[in-house]
Amino acid sequence: MNEKPKKLINKKGLRLDGRKPDELRPVKLKVGILPNADGSAYIEHGKNKILAGAFGPREMHPKHLQRADRMVLRCRYHMAPFSVPERKSPAPSRRENELSKVIRDALLPSLFVENYPRTGVDLYIEVLQADGGTRCASITAASLALADAGLPMRDLIVACAAGKVDNKIALDLMDTEDKIGAADVPVAYMPNLNAVTLLQMDGKLSPKEFDEAIKMAIEGCKKIYDIQKEALKTKYKIIEQEEVEE
Amino acid sequence: MPTFFEKKQLVIPGDLLAEGEYFAGDNTYKEKNKIFAARIGLADCTNKKINIVALKAFYFPQMGDVIIGTVKQVGFSGWTVNIKSPYIAILRASDVLSRSFKPQNDELSQVLTAGDLIVAKVASFDRYHDPQLTVGEPGLGKITRGQIMNITPTKIPRVIGRKGSMITNIKNETGCQIILGKNGVILVTGKNPKDEELAMAAINKIEEESHTSGLTDRITQFLKEEKAKIEENNNE
Repeated sequence: MNEKPKKLINKKGLRLDGRKPDELRPVKLKVGILPNADGSAYIEHGKNKILAGAFGPREMHPKHLQRADRMVLRCRYHMAPFSVPERKSPAPSRRENELSKVIRDALLPSLFVENYPRTGVDLYIEVLQADGGTRCASITAASLALADAGLPMRDLIVACAAGKVDNKIALDLMDTEDKIGAADVPVAYMPNLNAVTLLQMDGKLSPKEFDEAIKMAIEGCKKIYDIQKEALKTKYKIIEQEEVEE
Repeated sequence: MPTFFEKKQLVIPGDLLAEGEYFAGDNTYKEKNKIFAARIGLADCTNKKINIVALKAFYFPQMGDVIIGTVKQVGFSGWTVNIKSPYIAILRASDVLSRSFKPQNDELSQVLTAGDLIVAKVASFDRYHDPQLTVGEPGLGKITRGQIMNITPTKIPRVIGRKGSMITNIKNETGCQIILGKNGVILVTGKNPKDEELAMAAINKIEEESHTSGLTDRITQFLKEEKAKIEENNNE
């Protein structure tokens, strides 16, 4: 990050890493990789590497955090000290606290919280390597971890961002584009219910550009959803294969 | 009014299962006349009711369930019991002693202490109260011998089999007593450890292959083969 590139999109219309404006970074997902957690998932979204582990539902401790009428989702987003070029202090920062809250709120609509009063679910999200768009990648992985823990859910949640670089709307910004670019719009989305659960924006966009960015982000979500679906099924596929043999 | 899945198809949360006049059964939910999946599992439809046999779930207490739990803590007038569910169960001293409990006469830790295993029944449970257990019925109470194993709670019905065919089968072949806790904990008591291990191997096999058909026959065969092997070893 020493020298800033002047142009984010070159003459051929390609971005710094050779992507087209409406192209996603490669996404890889794996489910159930932490045997000690009730449910877990790992995502590689471009250069982002994020682990998510879920515990519960279990008795909520400390007791004063219990809610008599619903389940509580407790979420911790944390960046490892080695996740960014300059060492990050491992203590939770203001940004991490905020992201924890944002991720929790994005995931809550997918859960039947009213069915399990007085219980709690713990969700731990560990960013091992960050390169822009970690909140979106975290939500995608965390939703899988919750499903893997056996929690009833309305739908899986996928998240993806779109933004504006060099006066052009582009999908899935990476770190450099996010920092130099003009705007970033992360969207979390339930594909089967066609519902948005997270919508943020920083930077400046005209209403027209904003609409275009949301549309693009949702298209991106749908693409990631296919990968997410496949990842969840893969873990339970062994059983399906046995069936075919019968 | 179509359904959008084949029998025993693997579905994940959010999958659209059916539209129109269907009822939402286990692990599904209804919204705007559409039925969606709520858990990973295998979908099935009987009499317009759509069910999912979940591949992963946790135990949710229900009144009347027989469960196996571990005593967690000795309290003033009872015990707290871990029943492998989101809620911690309570066992009252007066229920165990079957007479009124007087703190000056009875020492609770002499009856049950932390770590003891008990077979119990869920006496009451609702949204506002933790499950309360009872041991006041024949067959319930402290476990003194046998071996314990854990399986996913959703697979207990498969171990029981149709009208109990699977479990009677294992009991007859191994000569073991088997108590299935609805919370996925199983107690196997036999005349010797070898019988118990055979029964446990059979149950493990059921858990691994719980979604295949013709399992009862294969388990019978498996038990016969294993028994033959043991006898061979004994003769040598």
